[in-house]
Amino acid sequence: MTKPPIAADVVIVGGGLMGASAAFFLRRRGKSVVLLERGLVGQQASGVNFGNVRRQGRYLPQLPLAHRSRDIWGRLPQLIGEDAEFIPTGHVRVVYTEAHLAAVAKYAADAKGWGLDLEILGGDAVRKRFPFFGPEVVGGSYAPVDGHANPRLAAPAFGRAAKRSGAQVIENCEVIDIQKEGTDFRVTAKDGTVAKAPAALLCSGAWGGAMSAAFGEPVPIQPNGPTMAVTEPVPYGIIPVVGVSSPIAHEVVYFRQIKRGNIVFGGGRRNPAYLDERRAQVTPQFTLAQLHELRRVAPALSKLHVLRTWSGVEGYVADDIPIMGPSAKVSGLYYAFGFCGHGFQLGPGVGDVMAELIATGSTTTPIDPFHIRRFAAAPARTGAALA
Amino acid sequence: MAEPRVIVVGAGPAGVRAAEALVRSGVTPIVIDEGRRDGGQIYRRQPEGFTRPYAKLYGTEAPKAQSLHQAFEQLRARIDYRPDTLAWHVRPRELHVVSGTRTEVLPFDALIVCSGATDRLMPVPGWELAGCYSMGAAQIALKSQACSIGRRVVFMGTGPLLYLVASQYVKAGAQVQAVLDTSPAGLRVKALARLAARPGVLWHGLKLVAGLRSAGVPVLTGITPLAIAGTPEGGVTGIRVRDAGGRERAFDCDAVGLGYHLRAETQLADLARCEFRFDAESRQWLPAIDEDGRSSVRGVYLAGDGARILGADGAEAAGKLAALAALTDLARFPSDEEMVELRKTLQVMDRFRRGLIQAFPWPHEMAAQLPDHAVVCRCESISAGDLRRTVRELGACEMNRAKALCRVGMGRCQGRYCGHSAAEVVAHAAQLPIEQVGRLRGQGPVKPLAMAALQPVQEATP
Repeated sequence: MTKPPIAADVVIVGGGLMGASAAFFLRRRGKSVVLLERGLVGQQASGVNFGNVRRQGRYLPQLPLAHRSRDIWGRLPQLIGEDAEFIPTGHVRVVYTEAHLAAVAKYAADAKGWGLDLEILGGDAVRKRFPFFGPEVVGGSYAPVDGHANPRLAAPAFGRAAKRSGAQVIENCEVIDIQKEGTDFRVTAKDGTVAKAPAALLCSGAWGGAMSAAFGEPVPIQPNGPTMAVTEPVPYGIIPVVGVSSPIAHEVVYFRQIKRGNIVFGGGRRNPAYLDERRAQVTPQFTLAQLHELRRVAPALSKLHVLRTWSGVEGYVADDIPIMGPSAKVSGLYYAFGFCGHGFQLGPGVGDVMAELIATGSTTTPIDPFHIRRFAAAPARTGAALA
Repeated sequence: MAEPRVIVVGAGPAGVRAAEALVRSGVTPIVIDEGRRDGGQIYRRQPEGFTRPYAKLYGTEAPKAQSLHQAFEQLRARIDYRPDTLAWHVRPRELHVVSGTRTEVLPFDALIVCSGATDRLMPVPGWELAGCYSMGAAQIALKSQACSIGRRVVFMGTGPLLYLVASQYVKAGAQVQAVLDTSPAGLRVKALARLAARPGVLWHGLKLVAGLRSAGVPVLTGITPLAIAGTPEGGVTGIRVRDAGGRERAFDCDAVGLGYHLRAETQLADLARCEFRFDAESRQWLPAIDEDGRSSVRGVYLAGDGARILGADGAEAAGKLAALAALTDLARFPSDEEMVELRKTLQVMDRFRRGLIQAFPWPHEMAAQLPDHAVVCRCESISAGDLRRTVRELGACEMNRAKALCRVGMGRCQGRYCGHSAAEVVAHAAQLPIEQVGRLRGQGPVKPLAMAALQPVQEATP
């Protein structure tokens, strides 16, 4: 089972949207890349999420990264030759109480300083513009140039583009061991594939915790699965992505209609997810609870039928922000994982920023709040078997 | 010991006989059925108030239909019967049901799934036109409402149902323009050894074919479907095939019944996370069961056509045996002799099942070679050409990947009608054996769920 090692400038572990886009952007910076993916590119969190290309509501220090990513979403056809069904439809967050409308308005005022313009629609203004909202909706916040894209397509499209530009993207290749030997990382897969590179980027989603721990940098990360579903198609009429903003967790649902007519929805409670099985299943009661909430926000949805539900494995870090940046302990090691269910919009930007960081040693977009050192405690290690 | 909670899904031949065996052992099962009345598809009952006699509705099968219906009538007071109810999801030890907008979570110790079968369909250019039905739907229209699917009807496909439905239509006075079978007649001769396992059924089948011929219906075997003609506005106007001699033949018609034998309805088994195995003879993925109907998941039993296509008689035996297996596992020991007898019966049925597959094979090469413009997935309008592009340009060599990238199987039927053919197209384009491209994973709900569905009422205590 010994194969000659594949040498590259950068080895990427994990072919989700982060890993695939990083591979693509590293190639644009002239770096040779080998990406090892256990299953198929974009199969886990990157492929099963809601498809929100949303900036409003994010942790404010994350907005510069989100802006950079939003710019890439708009240029996908020029960059990778396809648009992954991205459409800047606008994004509206609605609320059920005046008190929460005030909170949303405050966010809008604060976000302005971070370069995000939002329009607050109070009272009947929101229903006038979007007549499908139910009587409980008291207002909302509108982001005109955010939108949505197809998560099933985005990561595979980046993977193919990376491949076309010369990256080695190896699927069905499960990494079982990562070691730093001298100046190189030696990454070994179950099938005997070995990759060697002076830089390693770990984009392994919910599985990233085990890998960073192997280098003495454990993080508090939990796997969870979103509760997702899609309806039968109906004539295209709901243009913006819609989300409920509420301090009550189970009220938070969101939906979007694709041009073909189906309405994709998610939110509410998260399902247990199992790292060893690599799968999460929807809890049927959670879907029924979502339906209740969806009927509140848009009563006409009650006339439709749900065709399919799904979930998948997402990684949630305890403080609800990702792990992104260089290792605090091992030189040449980089992380981009644990995007806490809000990584889809960020994906292309994360790839671009990580490529910049690895290729130049620094990045023009601030990502310091996401550095793994915020969980630093354990002594450094030089890697370990993961199995 | 507490009363065991046993649920039977389906009130067709397998479900009714399962419920009967449970009641006989003192267990009160919940019987969930999608239908308004018992009987399943094969012994589907006409709506209340309709008065056609048994002989007219079920022909030679009338005594069996009557016996099953009577058995169910006697059970009614001793079971918790839920008609018009869909088992829309299943989780470990709990079944999720919906009736109208009312939902409920039913805990179980044993779940006996008797979910039946639907037609196995193969696309043909034009099958998306109005006027194309599955063979089963054509039969239901006749059985339930005494309606024909058209004035001049062609039946195309293969399998015993092709001849049965055509004969029923002729008997009902419909104009059957042709019966077009993709299986060459010679295969039936080769299959005789196995088909002889049930001589009565074999004889009945032969009589059906003879009856069609003597009624003047053209019966062509070994045909290759070419196209169904028609317009989006007016629907079907005719059908073209190539006959066994290589000549092109055309028949005028305003409706077509299609079906290539049957496929098991396995969504519940899939959601229950039962293990599936590829059955090379029928080229289908089927849930693995032991000889008594136990699935790989403890407490989940599978019987009837939803597990193996044995037909109605086989389903009655399998339903009963699965119930006895469940009772055994619940430490209510039923008679060994009865189980031994049932296993023997099922072995005969299984021999016949394999004979039918041999005589009426799934024409997988035709599916693999569908022209690029043929729509494969009707819900999502995905053509054979789209699928081939997904394989060749996007690199999808597995069914769920193909689904993710091109939407095949994402519509209302969730791949139940296009999945087999799509897999043949994908496997052929990827130059892989069919079993390597896998199968579309089941995802809840089992069938479309109304968004008006309410949250579950409090768990009913049994």
